[in-house]
Amino acid sequence: MEHLLKVDQLKVNFNTYGGEVKAVRDVSFHVDQGEIVAIVGESGSGKSVTVQSIMGLIPSPPGMIKGGSIQFEGKDLLTLSKRQMRKIKGSKIGMIFQDPMTSLNPTMKVGKQIAEALITHRNFSKANAKNKAVEMLKLVGIPNPEARFQQYPHEYSGGMRQRAMIAIALACSPDLLIADEPTTALDVTIQAQVLELMKELQKKMNTAIILITHDLGVVAETAQRVLVMYGGVVVESASVMELFENPRHPYTWGLLQSIPDTDTSEKKRLVPIAGSPPDLFSPPKGCPFAPRCKYAMDICLEEMPTDYDISDGHTAKCWLNDERAPHPETFARLGETENA
Amino acid sequence: MYIVKRFVTMLLTIWVIASLTFIIMKFIPGDPFASDADVLPEHVLDNMRAKYHLDEPIPVQYVLYLKSLVMFDLGPSIQSETRSVNSIIASGFPASATLGIQAIIVAVVFGLLLGIIAALYHNRLLDYISMVIAIIGISVPSFILAPLLINYFAVKWGMLPVASWGSFQHSILPSIALATTPLAVIARFMRSSMIEVMNQNYMKTADAKGLSSFKIVFNHGIRNAILPVVSFMGPLFVSLITGTFVIEKIFAIPGIGKYFVDSIFNRDYPVIMGTTVFFSVILVVTLFLIDISYRFIDPRIKLTSKGD
Ligand SMILES: Nc1ncnc2c1ncn2[C@@H]1O[C@H](COP(=O)(O)OP(=O)(O)OP(=O)(O)O)[C@@H](O)[C@H]1O
Ligand SMILES: [Mg+2]
Repeated sequence: MEHLLKVDQLKVNFNTYGGEVKAVRDVSFHVDQGEIVAIVGESGSGKSVTVQSIMGLIPSPPGMIKGGSIQFEGKDLLTLSKRQMRKIKGSKIGMIFQDPMTSLNPTMKVGKQIAEALITHRNFSKANAKNKAVEMLKLVGIPNPEARFQQYPHEYSGGMRQRAMIAIALACSPDLLIADEPTTALDVTIQAQVLELMKELQKKMNTAIILITHDLGVVAETAQRVLVMYGGVVVESASVMELFENPRHPYTWGLLQSIPDTDTSEKKRLVPIAGSPPDLFSPPKGCPFAPRCKYAMDICLEEMPTDYDISDGHTAKCWLNDERAPHPETFARLGETENA
Repeated sequence: MYIVKRFVTMLLTIWVIASLTFIIMKFIPGDPFASDADVLPEHVLDNMRAKYHLDEPIPVQYVLYLKSLVMFDLGPSIQSETRSVNSIIASGFPASATLGIQAIIVAVVFGLLLGIIAALYHNRLLDYISMVIAIIGISVPSFILAPLLINYFAVKWGMLPVASWGSFQHSILPSIALATTPLAVIARFMRSSMIEVMNQNYMKTADAKGLSSFKIVFNHGIRNAILPVVSFMGPLFVSLITGTFVIEKIFAIPGIGKYFVDSIFNRDYPVIMGTTVFFSVILVVTLFLIDISYRFIDPRIKLTSKGD
């Protein structure tokens, strides 16, 4: 089957005063119809830049897409004109941002902000767009949608604003929804509600979702597949089950160890990954994680590992998976006992 | 309610200005007839003082003055027997108002436009050109710009009349001279405000919605960017209105500003007081309207709330 979205060898740089930042390096992944794919990774690993490239939202200058392709419904988005891209943005691909407090226009009624997308893409009349917008507000669980339509963002709470953002993004029933840390800025209880809503709508509308998050708990609960990014590189990619059961990259091990275990009553210490994030100005020629990796070998500093196929749909960019390397499971167990 | 409260404050402000004008005029040594004292017999002077109530005790004069103000009657002029201050203002006002309004329109429209263009072409050639124009506009005062404009457009190229008043052509150069500085100030403020707005998250949301660049800028950018600009339109209009004195003098325009300046030289007390009060009313009302319009543009500020 044809993938809904296929990103191939995407490279994005930023020109800054300090030099050229290689924010995304040869990122490849795909998303299928109706699927939820999570992207995890620490701050600065290139998650937002990756998805903003899909939407054509990389500010240029300073940003520059240096190479690769983004196939979406049979078209390479990177070769489309601005005009052709506008037909896709908001219509076939919707996007929700991290901060609901600043992502809505403070001087425009929320209802109008939803209706706008419908008028632009679906040629709705004002009245029809209004009806549909009210319907969307209702769909995302905002009580009293008729009255809420007429209100401004400052009259909404944080959680409601994110619901309104979801309503905007989904108004034109896109095939793909990109959610860049949609719940990070919200209270824990509201987080759960918003995620629940996204899952529910995803089922109802059969929209594929790319969900960026820092929270592996969220990944486990919502996504089918997950990409782990580090230093602008996808270091591991697998189904959620596979990733939790059989992680094959030391950075993923580190991430998994840093999940607080809420099931056991015993308090496990959150284990941060030692060391600092990589220098994106002049990335090392080897694996970006090597300087922080406990298991790094000589080759790790010398050469970027290739993607090793672990099983169907599971790849890891780590030399430890080479047959000539020592068996990684022994290391994994070693790591566990060390941190217990 | 806010509007009512604001309206009452406005009336109080006008009263304070009117009273201060009165007090200051009373403190000026001598009276309007001081220069006639050598020429005219004593009883004639007394008659004239009586006509203008200058023989009454000051508190009585004050009350009479306030009374006539409330009746919108600014009294008779001293210099020209036949004319009242009201009729002087009525004859000068059309020219001043035309000049002021044209200048405000030019300053606001072109100032905003220049600022928006500069912001959209941030750090590119058009931005630099706009800002050079703005800096020149701010640093060259109108009384220097006006003769320059006259010299080129009227004297050298003969495109427009040199001075005086009558047709629309007459009003072009004075309006430009008067508008330039506020135009430049608006352009600079609008530019920085717009640059800030363009970096806001909601602009990314608008972009992600697939709106055209035009709609993103117009529907989402400008209204937000204009807010901080509107908040200092008040002082700007004040300087523009006072600027009309100079411009009317340079271009020999028969506006209120000209009468005002003349009345000072003539010690025409009622005209000085009348026009001062009239100008302050215009200013205070303008500030009131700007304040109200600000609240219409920004939905976060409620017209009905008590807070400021
Ligand atoms: N406009 C920009 N100008 C310069 N550098 C940028 C810009 N946007 C992103 N970058 C750089 O790209 C790199 C990746 O940033 P990105 O925002 O994708 O990280 P992220 O994984 O989304 O992190 P976070 O979890 O904090 O959102 C960072 O090192 C950042 O400095
Ligand atoms: Mg991000």
